[in-house]
Amino acid sequence: MRNALGAVDTVLLLGGRSEIGLAIVERLVRDGARHVVLAARDAAGGVPPVIGAAEVHLLDFDAARPETHGEVIEAAVKLVGDLDVVIPAFGVLGSQEVYDADPVAAAEAVAVNYGGHVSIGLHAARRLRDQGHGTLVVLSSVAGVRVRRANFVYGSAKAGLDGFAQGLGDALHGSGARVMVVRPGFVIGRMTEGMSPAPLSSTPGQVADAVIGGLRSGAEIVWVPGMLRAVFAVMRVLPRAIWRRMPR
Amino acid sequence: MTSFLTGWGRTAPTPARLARPRSAEQVAELVRGAPDRGVAARGLGRSYGDAAQNAGGLVVDCTALTSWSLDETTGLVTAAAGLSLHDLMAALVPRGWFVPVTPGTRHVTVGGAVAADVHGKNHHVDSSFGAHLRSLTLATADGELRRLTPQDELFWATVGGMGLTGIITEAGFRCVPIETSRVRVDVERTRDLDHTLETMTATDDRYRYTVAWIDLLARGGRMGRSVLTRGDHAARGDLPRGADPLEFSPRALLRAPRWAPDGLLNPVTVRAFNEAWYLKSRPGSFVQNLAPFFHPLDFVDGWNRVYGSRGFVQYQFLVPFGQEATLRRIVSRLSAEGVVSFLAVLKRFGPGTPGMLSFPMPGWTLALDIPAGRRGLAALLRAFDEQVAEAGGRVYLAKDSRMPAEMMAAMYPRLARWREIRDGADPGGVFRTDLARRLRL
Repeated sequence: MRNALGAVDTVLLLGGRSEIGLAIVERLVRDGARHVVLAARDAAGGVPPVIGAAEVHLLDFDAARPETHGEVIEAAVKLVGDLDVVIPAFGVLGSQEVYDADPVAAAEAVAVNYGGHVSIGLHAARRLRDQGHGTLVVLSSVAGVRVRRANFVYGSAKAGLDGFAQGLGDALHGSGARVMVVRPGFVIGRMTEGMSPAPLSSTPGQVADAVIGGLRSGAEIVWVPGMLRAVFAVMRVLPRAIWRRMPR
Repeated sequence: MTSFLTGWGRTAPTPARLARPRSAEQVAELVRGAPDRGVAARGLGRSYGDAAQNAGGLVVDCTALTSWSLDETTGLVTAAAGLSLHDLMAALVPRGWFVPVTPGTRHVTVGGAVAADVHGKNHHVDSSFGAHLRSLTLATADGELRRLTPQDELFWATVGGMGLTGIITEAGFRCVPIETSRVRVDVERTRDLDHTLETMTATDDRYRYTVAWIDLLARGGRMGRSVLTRGDHAARGDLPRGADPLEFSPRALLRAPRWAPDGLLNPVTVRAFNEAWYLKSRPGSFVQNLAPFFHPLDFVDGWNRVYGSRGFVQYQFLVPFGQEATLRRIVSRLSAEGVVSFLAVLKRFGPGTPGMLSFPMPGWTLALDIPAGRRGLAALLRAFDEQVAEAGGRVYLAKDSRMPAEMMAAMYPRLARWREIRDGADPGGVFRTDLARRLRL
């Protein structure tokens, strides 16, 4: 249960090797979380050692197999009880050129980045609604706020995810459970290795700090860095002819 | 009907279906039909944290169970669990009887008083509520109504058991005879913490009721300065001629605004309040009504709202006698940090009850209110938890809303035994509260 000062006890991280996900878990443990479930593909094959004084459980989880997602949520509940925070942090970035050449790869990436989140999100939401509390943290992206030529396969999946998360949040309104949408810009890390950072980029640690702040204040949408909110207020209304020429 | 519930501190609301049974039999029926998320009992919601909440489950509001009877020769009262001490006193005092123990508010139910094993200003001589109980009726997980006496282990798992062994529907307890509805009060001021502890140790036993209000914002040489209030039930001869000796009609005089600005209680306003309170409490003796003596805060209805939208936490801990160094360390840290608390209360405890999760035992207890939004509060209280546990002390569950679960075993050494008895009485986990989930009871 979340306590009076906003600290939680249990965390489920789906995509148990995600840098952002682990950075969030680390901070929740620092603030008092004691029961962590890391769900990842081949969980037994090694998941980063965590994390302070917490009790850590591993679960097998494949984002691309939605028929197994219900069991994963159930197994997590069996291990730690009520889920205070659920963080689906899996995803693939890929390159637009590869997707342009290989539509099958594009469809598979979208199935993970969007379909996988829809399925696990709905299962998690049902549990959170039944237990009457808990937060689903959805890692969206500014790439989905207005989709760009440079990464429109990835961006369109994030756009779908962002809309899904907002709708799910509204559906949960009044149930005690909630959804927090996180919109980072370019995040410097393993996922973007070899790419040169865009302006207003952040690190996984900075994203995690913003998530912790949002959990504490009860925010519905968190931009990382916060400045991106203003930037995208402008970006969203740029004429298409200019937007099309955005370099990346 | 689904409602969002909180405790008195107005933190961490969760939704639950509310039911308001009219009889003990209806309580048992609700227990028999318990949903997967379980059942919790609720009275007047005066626990500060999440003790009477049950996220996603059923909460049984017991406040419609209000029948009572008094045996005028022995003072034995049998009261339904939802009866408030306010209503009970209004009926008993004019007949010349008073409750054996009252906490700092009259607005608690009999069931809540048992479940939290509440204490009052007379703990050093009369122990806590559980010590005066003769019998309990409990709606247990099997859907039966069971009558318990102090010979039953389940009785002592229920006294202080925070409602987790079943739903209390009735309690029988001894009341005390009084000649008047007044208290003869002695007020004294102390210079600092050592002077406070010395004076209480030396003079407590002369009075039935004692408490110290401690100014936590005073620093340096005045750290721990206090106003000691001590009293005894007044005799008929203490009253002016013609006064109705058993007149009792307490009312709330003020109502806190429905909406209070955040930050109303800040170091400046609270320091001013503390200074004024200390200065206005002139040493001396006088006769006072029961209500202002026992329940000063009940004069402001809904005073918990003045802490603003984020609510507040109450931290009440005790350390055993001989561990005064820990008390001193915590008070000096609070004073150094300028923690905003008005009406911090210090009390000297006598013997406890056999209640396995009961809070009081011989020692010193300090209670303070702190706005929940205060920066660094979580870490500060966690550090206090550890010092308190190390000193062999504990934190009061009826006040708690934030303690980590891992502190429980050290603070409550009879927890394992309590769990065995609870598991025996409720093997399927029918009785559940947010507090039980948070503390993994």
